[in-house]
Amino acid sequence: MDFTKLSLVSPTLTSSTWSRADRWGAVRVRSSIGRNHYQLAPGLYKLGKPGSDSDVFVSANYKLSFDILRRELKGLDAWILVLQTYGVNVWCAAGKGTFGTDEIIRQIKDTGLGSYVSHKRLIVPQLGAPGVSAHKVKKSSGFSVKFGPVRAEDIKDYIAAGYKKDELTRSVQFNFKDRILLAPVEVMNSLKYLILALIFFGLLSGIHRGGYSFPLILEEGPIAIIFLLTAYLTGAVFTPALLPWLPFRHFGGKGLIAGFLTSGLMILLIAPGSQAFGMIAWLLISGAVSSFLAMNFTGASTYTGLSGVRKEMRFFVPLQIALTVIGITLLIISKLN
Amino acid sequence: MDSQIYLKNVSTLEYDSSLCIGCKMCVEVCPHNVFRMVDKKSEIIDRDKCMECGACEINCSPGALKVKQGVGCAAAVISGFFKGTEPNCDCGTNTNCC
Repeated sequence: MDFTKLSLVSPTLTSSTWSRADRWGAVRVRSSIGRNHYQLAPGLYKLGKPGSDSDVFVSANYKLSFDILRRELKGLDAWILVLQTYGVNVWCAAGKGTFGTDEIIRQIKDTGLGSYVSHKRLIVPQLGAPGVSAHKVKKSSGFSVKFGPVRAEDIKDYIAAGYKKDELTRSVQFNFKDRILLAPVEVMNSLKYLILALIFFGLLSGIHRGGYSFPLILEEGPIAIIFLLTAYLTGAVFTPALLPWLPFRHFGGKGLIAGFLTSGLMILLIAPGSQAFGMIAWLLISGAVSSFLAMNFTGASTYTGLSGVRKEMRFFVPLQIALTVIGITLLIISKLN
Repeated sequence: MDSQIYLKNVSTLEYDSSLCIGCKMCVEVCPHNVFRMVDKKSEIIDRDKCMECGACEINCSPGALKVKQGVGCAAAVISGFFKGTEPNCDCGTNTNCC
Protein backbone atom coordinates (compact mmCIF):
# COMPACT_ATOMS: atom_id res chain seq x y z
CA MET A 1 0.00 0.00 0.00
CA ASP A 2 1.28 3.41 -0.85
CA PHE A 3 -0.71 5.30 1.73
CA THR A 4 -1.01 4.81 5.40
CA LYS A 5 -3.47 5.52 8.11
CA LEU A 6 -2.07 8.04 10.53
CA SER A 7 -2.38 5.82 13.57
CA LEU A 8 0.03 3.40 11.90
CA VAL A 9 2.30 5.99 10.35
CA SER A 10 4.92 4.58 8.08
CA PRO A 11 7.58 7.05 6.98
CA THR A 12 8.26 5.21 3.75
CA LEU A 13 5.14 6.05 1.85
CA THR A 14 5.76 8.13 -1.25
CA SER A 15 3.90 6.95 -4.30
CA SER A 16 0.42 7.69 -5.50
CA THR A 17 0.54 5.11 -8.26
CA TRP A 18 -2.03 2.36 -8.39
CA SER A 19 -1.05 -1.17 -7.55
CA ARG A 20 -2.30 -4.09 -9.62
CA ALA A 21 -4.95 -4.69 -6.94
CA ASP A 22 -6.14 -1.06 -7.23
CA ARG A 23 -6.41 -1.31 -11.02
CA TRP A 24 -8.22 -4.63 -10.82
CA GLY A 25 -10.51 -3.23 -8.11
CA ALA A 26 -11.46 -0.30 -10.34
CA VAL A 27 -12.35 -2.66 -13.20
CA ARG A 28 -14.36 -4.81 -10.83
CA VAL A 29 -16.49 -2.04 -9.36
CA ARG A 30 -17.01 -0.42 -12.77
CA SER A 31 -18.47 -3.80 -13.72
CA SER A 32 -20.78 -3.56 -10.73
CA ILE A 33 -19.10 -6.42 -8.85
CA GLY A 34 -18.76 -5.87 -5.12
CA ARG A 35 -19.36 -2.17 -5.66
CA ASN A 36 -21.16 -1.71 -2.36
CA HIS A 37 -18.28 -3.09 -0.34
CA TYR A 38 -15.36 -1.26 -1.92
CA GLN A 39 -14.40 0.75 1.12
CA LEU A 40 -11.46 1.96 3.15
CA ALA A 41 -11.33 3.05 6.76
CA PRO A 42 -12.34 6.69 7.33
CA GLY A 43 -9.78 8.94 8.97
CA LEU A 44 -6.66 10.94 8.16
CA TYR A 45 -4.21 9.73 5.54
CA LYS A 46 -0.91 11.13 4.41
CA LEU A 47 0.30 11.18 0.88
CA GLY A 48 3.97 11.83 0.34
CA LYS A 49 5.50 13.77 3.21
CA PRO A 50 2.92 16.34 4.22
CA GLY A 51 3.88 19.05 6.68
CA SER A 52 1.96 21.47 8.81
CA ASP A 53 1.29 23.74 5.85
CA SER A 54 0.27 21.04 3.35
CA ASP A 55 -3.21 21.04 1.89
CA VAL A 56 -5.95 18.86 3.32
CA PHE A 57 -8.17 17.16 0.76
CA VAL A 58 -11.47 15.68 1.86
CA SER A 59 -12.72 12.47 0.25
CA ALA A 60 -15.26 9.68 0.64
CA ASN A 61 -14.48 6.15 1.79
CA TYR A 62 -15.58 4.66 -1.54
CA LYS A 63 -12.18 3.28 -2.49
CA LEU A 64 -12.45 4.28 -6.14
CA SER A 65 -13.08 7.93 -5.17
CA PHE A 66 -10.08 7.87 -2.84
CA ASP A 67 -7.87 6.07 -5.37
CA ILE A 68 -8.66 8.56 -8.12
CA LEU A 69 -7.91 11.45 -5.76
CA ARG A 70 -4.52 10.11 -4.64
CA ARG A 71 -3.59 9.22 -8.22
CA GLU A 72 -4.37 12.77 -9.35
CA LEU A 73 -2.34 14.22 -6.46
CA LYS A 74 0.79 12.47 -7.68
CA GLY A 75 3.89 14.42 -6.76
CA LEU A 76 2.18 16.47 -4.06
CA ASP A 77 2.57 16.14 -0.31
CA ALA A 78 -0.90 16.28 1.14
CA TRP A 79 -3.24 15.17 3.86
CA ILE A 80 -6.38 13.31 2.90
CA LEU A 81 -9.31 13.33 5.29
CA VAL A 82 -11.57 10.39 4.46
CA LEU A 83 -15.18 10.66 5.62
CA GLN A 84 -17.42 7.73 6.55
CA THR A 85 -19.80 7.54 3.59
CA TYR A 86 -20.36 3.79 3.86
CA GLY A 87 -18.60 3.07 0.59
CA VAL A 88 -20.60 5.58 -1.44
CA ASN A 89 -18.99 8.10 -3.79
CA VAL A 90 -18.80 11.81 -2.93
CA TRP A 91 -21.73 13.13 -4.97
CA CYS A 92 -24.27 10.47 -4.05
CA ALA A 93 -23.17 10.52 -0.41
CA ALA A 94 -23.54 14.31 -0.39
CA GLY A 95 -27.10 13.89 -1.67
CA LYS A 96 -27.81 11.52 1.21
CA GLY A 97 -26.04 13.78 3.68
CA THR A 98 -23.44 11.20 4.79
CA PHE A 99 -20.75 13.20 3.02
CA GLY A 100 -21.84 16.16 5.05
CA THR A 101 -21.30 19.01 7.46
CA ASP A 102 -21.61 16.90 10.61
CA GLU A 103 -19.30 14.15 9.35
CA ILE A 104 -16.57 16.65 8.40
CA ILE A 105 -16.78 18.28 11.82
CA ARG A 106 -16.64 14.85 13.49
CA GLN A 107 -13.60 13.69 11.48
CA ILE A 108 -11.71 16.94 12.11
CA LYS A 109 -12.19 16.32 15.81
CA ASP A 110 -11.65 12.55 15.88
CA THR A 111 -8.45 12.66 13.83
CA GLY A 112 -7.04 15.64 15.68
CA LEU A 113 -6.46 17.31 12.32
CA GLY A 114 -5.71 20.62 14.00
CA SER A 115 -2.59 19.16 15.62
CA TYR A 116 -1.08 18.16 12.26
CA VAL A 117 -1.69 21.34 10.31
CA SER A 118 -1.08 24.93 11.26
CA HIS A 119 -3.58 26.35 8.79
CA LYS A 120 -7.39 26.14 8.75
CA ARG A 121 -8.17 25.19 5.17
CA LEU A 122 -9.99 22.17 3.78
CA ILE A 123 -10.34 21.43 0.08
CA VAL A 124 -13.63 19.64 -0.45
CA PRO A 125 -14.63 18.28 -3.86
CA GLN A 126 -17.29 20.56 -5.35
CA LEU A 127 -19.73 17.68 -5.75
CA GLY A 128 -19.65 17.31 -1.96
CA ALA A 129 -21.37 20.70 -1.67
CA PRO A 130 -24.97 19.35 -1.60
CA GLY A 131 -24.07 17.87 1.81
CA VAL A 132 -21.52 20.34 3.11
CA SER A 133 -22.43 23.75 4.41
CA ALA A 134 -19.17 25.69 4.36
CA HIS A 135 -20.28 28.38 6.80
CA LYS A 136 -21.52 25.79 9.31
CA VAL A 137 -18.23 23.84 9.16
CA LYS A 138 -16.39 27.10 9.76
CA LYS A 139 -18.57 28.01 12.68
CA SER A 140 -18.22 24.63 14.41
CA SER A 141 -14.61 23.71 13.61
CA GLY A 142 -12.85 26.89 12.59
CA PHE A 143 -11.82 25.28 9.31
CA SER A 144 -12.82 27.09 6.17
CA VAL A 145 -14.04 24.93 3.32
CA LYS A 146 -12.82 25.66 -0.18
CA PHE A 147 -14.78 23.81 -2.81
CA GLY A 148 -12.28 22.44 -5.32
CA PRO A 149 -12.97 21.36 -8.88
CA VAL A 150 -15.60 18.76 -9.81
CA ARG A 151 -13.00 16.36 -11.21
CA ALA A 152 -9.87 15.29 -9.35
CA GLU A 153 -7.90 15.55 -12.60
CA ASP A 154 -8.33 19.35 -12.45
CA ILE A 155 -6.89 19.71 -8.93
CA LYS A 156 -3.35 20.56 -10.02
CA ASP A 157 -4.59 23.27 -12.41
CA TYR A 158 -6.81 24.54 -9.61
CA ILE A 159 -3.86 24.83 -7.25
CA ALA A 160 -1.68 26.38 -9.96
CA ALA A 161 -4.37 29.00 -10.61
CA GLY A 162 -4.23 30.05 -6.96
CA TYR A 163 -7.08 27.82 -5.76
CA LYS A 164 -9.44 29.22 -8.39
CA LYS A 165 -11.84 27.45 -10.72
CA ASP A 166 -13.18 28.47 -14.09
CA GLU A 167 -16.56 27.72 -15.60
CA LEU A 168 -15.34 24.43 -17.02
CA THR A 169 -13.69 23.02 -13.91
CA ARG A 170 -16.78 23.71 -11.82
CA SER A 171 -19.17 22.10 -14.33
CA VAL A 172 -20.20 18.51 -14.21
CA GLN A 173 -19.91 16.78 -17.59
CA PHE A 174 -21.74 13.84 -19.03
CA ASN A 175 -19.86 12.95 -22.16
CA PHE A 176 -19.83 9.74 -24.17
CA LYS A 177 -17.05 8.18 -22.11
CA ASP A 178 -18.82 8.99 -18.82
CA ARG A 179 -22.00 7.37 -20.07
CA ILE A 180 -20.29 4.28 -21.46
CA LEU A 181 -18.43 3.73 -18.18
CA LEU A 182 -21.83 3.54 -16.48
CA ALA A 183 -23.30 1.01 -18.92
CA PRO A 184 -22.08 -2.18 -17.17
CA VAL A 185 -23.66 -1.01 -13.91
CA GLU A 186 -26.93 -0.29 -15.73
CA VAL A 187 -26.88 -3.75 -17.32
CA MET A 188 -26.33 -5.40 -13.95
CA ASN A 189 -28.83 -3.23 -12.07
CA SER A 190 -32.00 -4.52 -13.74
CA LEU A 191 -30.83 -8.06 -14.42
CA LYS A 192 -33.42 -9.51 -12.07
CA TYR A 193 -36.23 -7.89 -14.08
CA LEU A 194 -34.76 -9.29 -17.28
CA ILE A 195 -34.67 -12.80 -15.86
CA LEU A 196 -38.28 -12.53 -14.68
CA ALA A 197 -39.35 -11.22 -18.10
CA LEU A 198 -37.49 -14.02 -19.88
CA ILE A 199 -39.25 -16.63 -17.74
CA PHE A 200 -42.66 -14.98 -18.19
CA PHE A 201 -42.44 -14.57 -21.96
CA GLY A 202 -40.77 -17.96 -22.32
CA LEU A 203 -43.74 -19.61 -20.63
CA LEU A 204 -46.13 -17.46 -22.68
CA SER A 205 -44.66 -18.79 -25.92
CA GLY A 206 -46.03 -22.25 -25.11
CA ILE A 207 -49.60 -21.06 -25.67
CA HIS A 208 -51.33 -22.10 -28.89
CA ARG A 209 -54.86 -22.53 -30.27
CA GLY A 210 -55.13 -26.10 -29.07
CA GLY A 211 -53.99 -25.34 -25.53
CA TYR A 212 -50.46 -25.40 -24.13
CA SER A 213 -47.36 -27.09 -25.46
CA PHE A 214 -43.97 -27.28 -23.79
CA PRO A 215 -42.06 -28.19 -26.98
CA LEU A 216 -43.46 -24.96 -28.47
CA ILE A 217 -41.47 -23.04 -25.83
CA LEU A 218 -38.25 -24.29 -27.39
CA GLU A 219 -39.51 -23.35 -30.83
CA GLU A 220 -40.87 -19.86 -30.14
CA GLY A 221 -39.06 -19.01 -26.92
CA PRO A 222 -35.91 -17.85 -28.75
CA ILE A 223 -37.93 -15.11 -30.49
CA ALA A 224 -38.95 -13.77 -27.09
CA ILE A 225 -35.34 -13.97 -25.91
CA ILE A 226 -34.06 -12.05 -28.94
CA PHE A 227 -36.60 -9.25 -28.57
CA LEU A 228 -36.20 -8.95 -24.81
CA LEU A 229 -32.40 -8.88 -24.94
CA THR A 230 -32.49 -6.32 -27.73
CA ALA A 231 -34.89 -4.11 -25.80
CA TYR A 232 -32.85 -4.53 -22.63
CA LEU A 233 -29.59 -3.51 -24.26
CA THR A 234 -31.34 -0.68 -26.08
CA GLY A 235 -32.62 0.79 -22.83
CA ALA A 236 -29.56 0.12 -20.66
CA VAL A 237 -26.71 0.69 -23.11
CA PHE A 238 -27.66 2.19 -26.50
CA THR A 239 -29.99 4.88 -25.19
CA PRO A 240 -27.49 6.10 -22.56
CA ALA A 241 -24.71 6.03 -25.15
CA LEU A 242 -26.74 7.97 -27.73
CA LEU A 243 -28.50 10.15 -25.16
CA PRO A 244 -27.91 13.64 -26.62
CA TRP A 245 -28.76 12.54 -30.16
CA LEU A 246 -32.09 10.84 -29.47
CA PRO A 247 -35.24 12.97 -29.72
CA PHE A 248 -37.14 14.21 -26.61
CA ARG A 249 -35.72 15.59 -23.38
CA HIS A 250 -37.58 12.90 -21.43
CA PHE A 251 -35.39 9.83 -20.91
CA GLY A 252 -38.49 7.63 -21.20
CA GLY A 253 -39.20 9.18 -24.60
CA LYS A 254 -35.64 8.63 -25.78
CA GLY A 255 -35.81 4.99 -24.70
CA LEU A 256 -39.22 4.50 -26.33
CA ILE A 257 -38.02 5.74 -29.72
CA ALA A 258 -34.81 3.71 -29.49
CA GLY A 259 -36.79 0.61 -28.46
CA PHE A 260 -39.15 0.98 -31.44
CA LEU A 261 -36.18 1.41 -33.79
CA THR A 262 -34.16 -1.59 -32.63
CA SER A 263 -37.15 -3.92 -32.34
CA GLY A 264 -38.34 -2.76 -35.78
CA LEU A 265 -34.90 -3.61 -37.10
CA MET A 266 -35.08 -7.04 -35.47
CA ILE A 267 -38.46 -7.67 -37.08
CA LEU A 268 -36.97 -6.89 -40.50
CA LEU A 269 -33.92 -9.05 -39.78
CA ILE A 270 -35.37 -12.18 -38.25
CA ALA A 271 -39.01 -12.37 -39.10
CA PRO A 272 -40.09 -10.43 -42.18
CA GLY A 273 -43.61 -11.36 -43.18
CA SER A 274 -44.43 -13.22 -40.01
CA GLN A 275 -47.68 -12.90 -38.10
CA ALA A 276 -48.50 -9.18 -37.88
CA PHE A 277 -50.15 -9.20 -34.44
CA GLY A 278 -47.14 -10.94 -32.93
CA MET A 279 -44.72 -8.46 -34.44
CA ILE A 280 -46.75 -5.42 -33.37
CA ALA A 281 -46.87 -6.99 -29.92
CA TRP A 282 -43.06 -7.21 -29.77
CA LEU A 283 -42.71 -3.67 -31.05
CA LEU A 284 -44.89 -2.34 -28.20
CA ILE A 285 -43.31 -4.51 -25.51
CA SER A 286 -39.79 -3.60 -26.64
CA GLY A 287 -40.67 0.10 -26.59
CA ALA A 288 -41.99 -0.22 -23.05
CA VAL A 289 -38.98 -2.19 -21.78
CA SER A 290 -36.46 0.17 -23.35
CA SER A 291 -38.39 3.23 -22.17
CA PHE A 292 -38.47 1.94 -18.59
CA LEU A 293 -34.74 1.21 -18.49
CA ALA A 294 -33.86 4.53 -20.10
CA MET A 295 -36.05 6.30 -17.55
CA ASN A 296 -34.07 4.61 -14.78
CA PHE A 297 -30.90 6.03 -16.29
CA THR A 298 -32.00 9.40 -14.90
CA GLY A 299 -30.44 8.16 -11.65
CA ALA A 300 -27.05 7.81 -13.31
CA SER A 301 -27.24 11.00 -15.32
CA THR A 302 -25.69 14.20 -14.02
CA TYR A 303 -28.37 16.71 -14.90
CA THR A 304 -31.84 15.38 -14.04
CA GLY A 305 -33.65 16.81 -11.04
CA LEU A 306 -36.36 15.19 -8.95
CA SER A 307 -39.15 17.52 -10.12
CA GLY A 308 -38.40 16.71 -13.75
CA VAL A 309 -38.15 12.98 -13.14
CA ARG A 310 -41.49 13.02 -11.32
CA LYS A 311 -43.05 14.90 -14.21
CA GLU A 312 -41.80 12.52 -16.85
CA MET A 313 -42.83 9.48 -14.80
CA ARG A 314 -46.41 10.70 -14.51
CA PHE A 315 -46.62 10.35 -18.27
CA PHE A 316 -44.26 7.53 -19.14
CA VAL A 317 -45.01 4.96 -16.42
CA PRO A 318 -48.70 4.68 -17.40
CA LEU A 319 -47.64 4.58 -21.05
CA GLN A 320 -45.11 1.79 -20.37
CA ILE A 321 -47.77 -0.21 -18.51
CA ALA A 322 -50.34 0.33 -21.28
CA LEU A 323 -47.91 -0.71 -24.03
CA THR A 324 -46.95 -3.83 -22.08
CA VAL A 325 -50.55 -4.85 -21.42
CA ILE A 326 -51.61 -4.25 -25.04
CA GLY A 327 -48.46 -6.03 -26.24
CA ILE A 328 -49.08 -9.12 -24.11
CA THR A 329 -52.74 -9.18 -25.20
CA LEU A 330 -51.77 -9.00 -28.88
CA LEU A 331 -49.13 -11.68 -28.34
CA ILE A 332 -51.71 -14.04 -26.84
CA ILE A 333 -54.21 -13.25 -29.62
CA SER A 334 -51.54 -13.97 -32.23
CA LYS A 335 -50.89 -17.33 -30.62
CA LEU A 336 -54.55 -18.28 -30.45
CA ASN A 337 -55.14 -17.43 -34.09
CA MET B 1 -29.84 22.39 -28.09
CA ASP B 2 -27.89 22.19 -24.85
CA SER B 3 -27.75 18.48 -24.17
CA GLN B 4 -27.38 19.14 -20.46
CA ILE B 5 -30.83 20.62 -20.09
CA TYR B 6 -33.55 18.31 -18.86
CA LEU B 7 -37.22 19.30 -18.64
CA LYS B 8 -38.10 22.99 -18.67
CA ASN B 9 -39.98 24.96 -16.01
CA VAL B 10 -39.85 22.25 -13.38
CA SER B 11 -37.08 23.32 -11.00
CA THR B 12 -38.14 24.39 -7.50
CA LEU B 13 -35.24 26.86 -7.25
CA GLU B 14 -36.22 30.21 -5.70
CA TYR B 15 -34.04 33.23 -5.22
CA ASP B 16 -34.59 36.37 -3.19
CA SER B 17 -32.00 38.84 -4.44
CA SER B 18 -32.70 41.28 -1.62
CA LEU B 19 -31.04 38.82 0.80
CA CYS B 20 -27.94 38.20 -1.34
CA ILE B 21 -24.68 39.33 0.29
CA GLY B 22 -22.57 38.67 -2.80
CA CYS B 23 -20.45 35.90 -1.27
CA LYS B 24 -20.34 33.97 -4.61
CA MET B 25 -20.81 30.62 -2.90
CA CYS B 26 -23.70 29.68 -5.21
CA VAL B 27 -21.47 30.29 -8.23
CA GLU B 28 -18.75 28.16 -6.62
CA VAL B 29 -20.91 25.16 -5.77
CA CYS B 30 -23.40 24.93 -8.65
CA PRO B 31 -22.34 22.07 -10.96
CA HIS B 32 -24.38 23.46 -13.86
CA ASN B 33 -23.44 27.13 -13.81
CA VAL B 34 -26.94 28.30 -13.02
CA PHE B 35 -25.61 31.48 -11.36
CA ARG B 36 -23.34 34.37 -12.18
CA MET B 37 -22.32 37.52 -10.36
CA VAL B 38 -23.65 40.83 -11.63
CA ASP B 39 -22.86 44.00 -9.68
CA LYS B 40 -21.82 42.02 -6.58
CA LYS B 41 -25.10 40.13 -6.52
CA SER B 42 -25.92 36.66 -7.71
CA GLU B 43 -28.17 36.29 -10.71
CA ILE B 44 -29.83 33.20 -12.15
CA ILE B 45 -28.67 32.69 -15.74
CA ASP B 46 -30.75 29.64 -16.58
CA ARG B 47 -33.13 28.04 -14.11
CA ASP B 48 -33.78 25.10 -16.45
CA LYS B 49 -30.21 23.88 -15.92
CA CYS B 50 -30.89 23.40 -12.20
CA MET B 51 -30.95 19.75 -11.11
CA GLU B 52 -32.08 20.51 -7.55
CA CYS B 53 -28.96 19.11 -5.88
CA GLY B 54 -29.36 21.61 -3.06
CA ALA B 55 -25.71 22.71 -2.89
CA CYS B 56 -26.56 26.40 -3.30
CA GLU B 57 -29.21 26.45 -0.61
CA ILE B 58 -27.11 24.90 2.14
CA ASN B 59 -24.16 27.12 1.25
CA CYS B 60 -26.17 30.33 1.11
CA SER B 61 -25.61 31.73 4.59
CA PRO B 62 -28.18 34.55 4.34
CA GLY B 63 -30.84 32.13 3.08
CA ALA B 64 -31.46 33.89 -0.23
CA LEU B 65 -31.72 30.61 -2.13
CA LYS B 66 -34.33 27.91 -1.65
CA VAL B 67 -34.66 24.67 -3.57
CA LYS B 68 -36.40 21.43 -2.77
CA GLN B 69 -33.40 19.11 -2.70
CA GLY B 70 -33.96 15.70 -4.22
CA VAL B 71 -32.49 12.92 -6.29
CA GLY B 72 -33.40 12.94 -9.97
CA CYS B 73 -33.60 9.18 -10.12
CA ALA B 74 -36.62 7.23 -11.40
CA ALA B 75 -35.60 4.09 -9.52
CA ALA B 76 -35.54 6.10 -6.28
CA VAL B 77 -39.00 7.53 -7.04
CA ILE B 78 -40.32 4.00 -7.60
CA SER B 79 -38.80 2.56 -4.42
CA GLY B 80 -39.95 5.63 -2.46
CA PHE B 81 -43.46 5.08 -3.82
CA PHE B 82 -43.55 1.47 -2.61
CA LYS B 83 -41.92 2.24 0.72
CA GLY B 84 -44.01 5.34 1.28
CA THR B 85 -40.94 7.55 1.73
CA GLU B 86 -39.40 10.47 -0.12
CA PRO B 87 -37.24 9.31 -3.04
CA ASN B 88 -33.69 8.75 -1.80
CA CYS B 89 -30.64 6.76 -2.78
CA ASP B 90 -30.99 4.28 0.04
CA CYS B 91 -31.98 1.44 -2.21
CA GLY B 92 -31.14 -1.03 0.54
CA THR B 93 -27.88 -2.65 1.44
CA ASN B 94 -27.97 -5.48 -1.06
CA THR B 95 -28.84 -3.59 -4.20
CA ASN B 96 -26.61 -1.68 -6.50
CA CYS B 97 -27.20 1.98 -6.35
CA CYS B 98 -25.47 5.29 -6.87
